[in-house]
Amino acid sequence: MSTFTQLAIDDAHELLFGRAPRPLTTRRGMVIGGGVVYPELNFTLPAMLVDQATMDEVRRQYRQIITDALQRAVELEVPGLVVEFETLPPMTQTPAWGIELTRILAEAMEEAYARHGLPSVLRITPNDTREFDRPPILRRGENWQQMLETFEGCANAGAELLSIESVGGKEVHDEALQAGDLPGVIFALCVLGERDMRFLWSRLARVAQRTGSVCAGDTACGFGNTAMVLAEQKMIPRVFAAVVRAVTAVRSLVAYECGAVGPGKDCGYENPILKAITGYPMAMEGKSAACAHLSPLGNIAAATCDTWSNESVQNVRLLAAMAPTCYLEQLAYDCRLMNEALRDGDDAARTLQRWLVRSDAPRDPQACVLTPGNVIELARAIVDAGEPYRAGVAAARRAIDLIERAAEAGELHIIERERPWLSMMRHSLDEMPEDADTFIAHHLAQLDPTRCLAAEYALAGV
Amino acid sequence: MTDVSIDLQPLSDAVVDGNRSKTVRLAQEALDAGLEPLAIIEQGLVPGMEVVGARFKRNEMFVPEMLIAARAMKEAMALLEPRLAATGYKPAHTVVIGTVQGDLHDIGKNLVATMLKGANFGVVDLGTNVAPETFVEAAGEHGAALIGLSALLTTTMPRMKSTVQAIRDAGLRDVRVMIGGAPVTQSYADEIGAEGYAPDAASAVDTARQLVAV
Repeated sequence: MSTFTQLAIDDAHELLFGRAPRPLTTRRGMVIGGGVVYPELNFTLPAMLVDQATMDEVRRQYRQIITDALQRAVELEVPGLVVEFETLPPMTQTPAWGIELTRILAEAMEEAYARHGLPSVLRITPNDTREFDRPPILRRGENWQQMLETFEGCANAGAELLSIESVGGKEVHDEALQAGDLPGVIFALCVLGERDMRFLWSRLARVAQRTGSVCAGDTACGFGNTAMVLAEQKMIPRVFAAVVRAVTAVRSLVAYECGAVGPGKDCGYENPILKAITGYPMAMEGKSAACAHLSPLGNIAAATCDTWSNESVQNVRLLAAMAPTCYLEQLAYDCRLMNEALRDGDDAARTLQRWLVRSDAPRDPQACVLTPGNVIELARAIVDAGEPYRAGVAAARRAIDLIERAAEAGELHIIERERPWLSMMRHSLDEMPEDADTFIAHHLAQLDPTRCLAAEYALAGV
Repeated sequence: MTDVSIDLQPLSDAVVDGNRSKTVRLAQEALDAGLEPLAIIEQGLVPGMEVVGARFKRNEMFVPEMLIAARAMKEAMALLEPRLAATGYKPAHTVVIGTVQGDLHDIGKNLVATMLKGANFGVVDLGTNVAPETFVEAAGEHGAALIGLSALLTTTMPRMKSTVQAIRDAGLRDVRVMIGGAPVTQSYADEIGAEGYAPDAASAVDTARQLVAV
């Protein structure tokens, strides 16, 4: 178990796309974070059910997706490709299906390597089905066993990178988001989420060890991106979503403390903070992921990425080709541009990065907290705080400071009716206790056992 | 009860402001003055939530603010409901709502349920990952006028179709179905035979009212 007590990158100028202090070398020789940004393609089925009756069609769909995408990757001379297979719930609940589909993808990737020299690596992201039980059963039971079986089977079938969008604490976080309850958010992420991550990732580390695969990383998608989407729909304030994003880094960091080495999962917009702390390479997604969800982070997300992803796109026909192939092409061209800038030297790369940052940062507080300078400040606040609860509070407080500072300097536009939320959030942080034990005891006393089981977080009797 | 005239505008305003203690106090005062519980709800609480719903729809209120108002109404309802129940009163229309089988997303569905309660619909929330037969059973059990189906995934959206089919197969022909969720469209609602589609939580009450012709 590692603890990060200092930043791997403490200078904003060194926080750049394509470069990580601790790059990852894959089996086929891709060096992620070693000076090249790679496209990372993700895809899903069109509107259809997945069951025994449709499995032939499911196999055909995945075979077509990977064959077409690899062919286009060869034609576009991409330097390497990350393919992410994010299972759908039935594929985790019936591990044999997820494993078989992994094998289909892995075999096609091996063939492209043998025939065309295209290096690629497969990331497996089993859908976290533990929340199918309500309240979620996180540490035992059929869903847990099936998920572990899927991880292990898929790794043995050729998946090299292990990832997940884990859900521990989400049952509490969803309500906290809707209520605009920042202490509730911190309890969900930095107490419940953190404890679940520690349990989950210590077990995934064993799977990786047994199968020769690599723990890549987690994402607070169900937390930070839910906030982002709600803010995009004007249901919660953007300043609140920005603060939530900063806090999510505390939770996602646990994967790296348990042995993950990147690339962090694409939809974790907290990844720049994690890159600064850990030095490991990170996947990111931005405008290229508009097929899956809208965001105010289209350009700035690329500023520190090591792989550049499209999140997920349905396998539907577009004018040019099937959608995954079209998105592979978009990713490939984005990466070409970033790689060309890197080849031209630091000044060129930083110029492109500055444009990526400045084109988004003044327009939304969620982008503002992800400028390289602000990322370093958030990372430092988390590391200096040490313990997860205090780190969550510190990250939230620093995010509020950064947003206020940018707004006062005229570098960030904040919608007028959101301004009171900054002082409201600061006030609620001021009201929180100094020590984690008091905080946890207070929230446990309010926990609704029909929605969340303290025992699933080893908190029963605390 | 006697014929009582009392200004319920302050009660509506208290709901809009999300002032729980004031809402409960004014509801109690209206009761003490001899007003019927149903009148307090329909002329005080519901108009307040209508203002909230309209502001929410115009993006003038955030969800947390809307929920504070809903909580104020809920506390006043806790005061009024026992008296209503004693008279045998039930909401005019009950909605059975849930996220379809295989899908666990529930924020949007929960918001719709909150908005419907604010409009004085009876709401039976079945939660997430709800099988077609569970919708059918609940609709029959509660005498629902409307069933609301939610889905967020393209791979669970087809469950809406099988759920609508199950409802029709069960002979619940008077029960209307409305659907919503990120991948869902009006044309999909038409295709599967759902009578209503709401693009967002704020529109769901309007759609529900049209479907039951409130």
